[in-house]
Amino acid sequence: MTSRGSKTTSAGRFWRTKALTTALLILFLFYSLLPIFYLVVSATKDNAALFSSFGLWFASSFHVFSNVHDLFTYDNGVYVNWLWNTAYYSTSSALGAAFVSTIAGYAFAKFRFPGRTLWFALILGSIMVPQTALVIPIYFLLSKIALIDTPLAVILPSLVSPFGVYLMRVYAEQSVPDDLLDAARVDGAGEFRIFWSVAFRVLVPGFVTVLLLSFVATWNNFFLPLVVISTPELYPLTIGLTSWNDLAGAGGGAHSLYPLVITGSLVAVVPIIFVFLFLQRYWQGGLTFGSLKD
Amino acid sequence: MKQEGQPETVPASPVRSHQSALAQRKRLRQIVIPYMFLLPFLILFVLFLVLPLAYAFWLSIFEERLVGGSTFVGAENYLRAFQDGLFWAGIRRMVTFGVFQIPLMLGLALVFALVLDSGLVWFRSVFRLGFFLPYAVPSVVAALIWGYLYGPTFGPFTQIAHYLSVPPPNFLSERWMLASIANIVTWTFAGYNMIILYAALQAIPSELRDAGAVDGARAWQIALYIKIPLITPALLLTCIFSIIGTLQLFTEPRILRALAPGVIVDSYTPNLFAWNLAFTNQQYNYSAAVSFVLGAVVVVGSYIFMLATNRGRISR
Repeated sequence: MTSRGSKTTSAGRFWRTKALTTALLILFLFYSLLPIFYLVVSATKDNAALFSSFGLWFASSFHVFSNVHDLFTYDNGVYVNWLWNTAYYSTSSALGAAFVSTIAGYAFAKFRFPGRTLWFALILGSIMVPQTALVIPIYFLLSKIALIDTPLAVILPSLVSPFGVYLMRVYAEQSVPDDLLDAARVDGAGEFRIFWSVAFRVLVPGFVTVLLLSFVATWNNFFLPLVVISTPELYPLTIGLTSWNDLAGAGGGAHSLYPLVITGSLVAVVPIIFVFLFLQRYWQGGLTFGSLKD
Repeated sequence: MKQEGQPETVPASPVRSHQSALAQRKRLRQIVIPYMFLLPFLILFVLFLVLPLAYAFWLSIFEERLVGGSTFVGAENYLRAFQDGLFWAGIRRMVTFGVFQIPLMLGLALVFALVLDSGLVWFRSVFRLGFFLPYAVPSVVAALIWGYLYGPTFGPFTQIAHYLSVPPPNFLSERWMLASIANIVTWTFAGYNMIILYAALQAIPSELRDAGAVDGARAWQIALYIKIPLITPALLLTCIFSIIGTLQLFTEPRILRALAPGVIVDSYTPNLFAWNLAFTNQQYNYSAAVSFVLGAVVVVGSYIFMLATNRGRISR
């Protein structure tokens, strides 16, 4: 009958569409990866090759090892400090923020208490507060208690993650069954024991998601450390690289800093990319439950 | 709203007063225990969000004077901010930016999410990862790399133009700067938004998508009439976050300023303006007022957006 003819044309159309969409996505993939490719290529060049060779391909000379060596030794190895600081600030902020957000989200999801709606509305509304409105007064307040220009000046404000609380609330509502908690209550377990031995196990994927998102947020943060840290040895990578770039752009003999900024940028990106690759399940899952709630 | 099961599980006691004491303790526990879980967050929230905001408000109603020191001026700083052409020029710039950049970025994100979800493509996981990768790159590094790519000295686009003997594109000129920043932001966040929308699409129950397929609807019809309406909450979420992010733009212009100091003026974005007021000009009080007005603009902007998008949905 006619079905055979229409089947082949619809199959043909299916393959054509599939080829077309794949081509479209490859085009965008090219755009997504171009700057990263440029970074990798440029990290293999010395200052002269950076200016003389074509930017999107390798030069005849290969300087990646001398660039990395220069990066780690320039200015008494201050870059190593920045790398360590960034890891330290990000890890502490992420662990703290994930823990605090998890217990707060759990409370919002699993208890009915006076002030619940009000606090939650306040926390959600605070997502709209501009950074300047917070960071500038935080600068003055931390100055008053002599915490300015210390690691805590970056870590403490980074522990507040309203979005983390929101995510954990949605996650706890979806993943922790009330029956499970009630069963533990009937058994006479205290609320804190129930949380640790029953609920937290179920909440671990959400916890890891908030951990990951906070880690990346602090690793990539610019505005807060720019304001609260002034000693170069305490800079995180973002501020350190910016200071080098500003110097290089100012001209003079500082042009030779460009290979360091480029190699330093590459080294700063690699750990985050690895974190995302290894924890794929978590950020993909995490972004899901954030968007499910109406 | 109900606390099911619990009061009933208390065994009926012959002593009424004992029971009411027990109930009272239970009520207390229902208040005290949740707050104990909340306490660490609430302390940090008050210390690093509520208190700084209150302090910023306090700052904003004073002025540092040469004679007399800190003087109460009431709404004077706010009146000044409302009439400050530099501040509003920054807001206008960000509105222009958002009107073009947000639809473009979210449009791309939505199309890619739909394509990936429809299965009409090979190498799905490669694209998902590849598009998301830019989000892992810190905004500072993204702005640095794009700045070099745009650059008139060793940028590859300039090199290609020279090779072809055509005038090199001036990405960092006053005319193109906003578009160049928009490109960096789109590059960083298109994949991130795509993942959020993709995740929402994947959560659509299979009965609903199959219903469309059985009726013989085309892929684009299923997308337009079934999938997009179902992921409206996720779309609104990404819109709101984009509006908030746009009005607070800071990092990218701050980095590109090193390459184009004449174009990125101190008041290029409202956040840059507030930051320069505070840390270059030491006008802390005025800076605090500017931040508050910016905050108000963000809230009003998000609210208008929500009202506009809710009008069509309220009738349901």
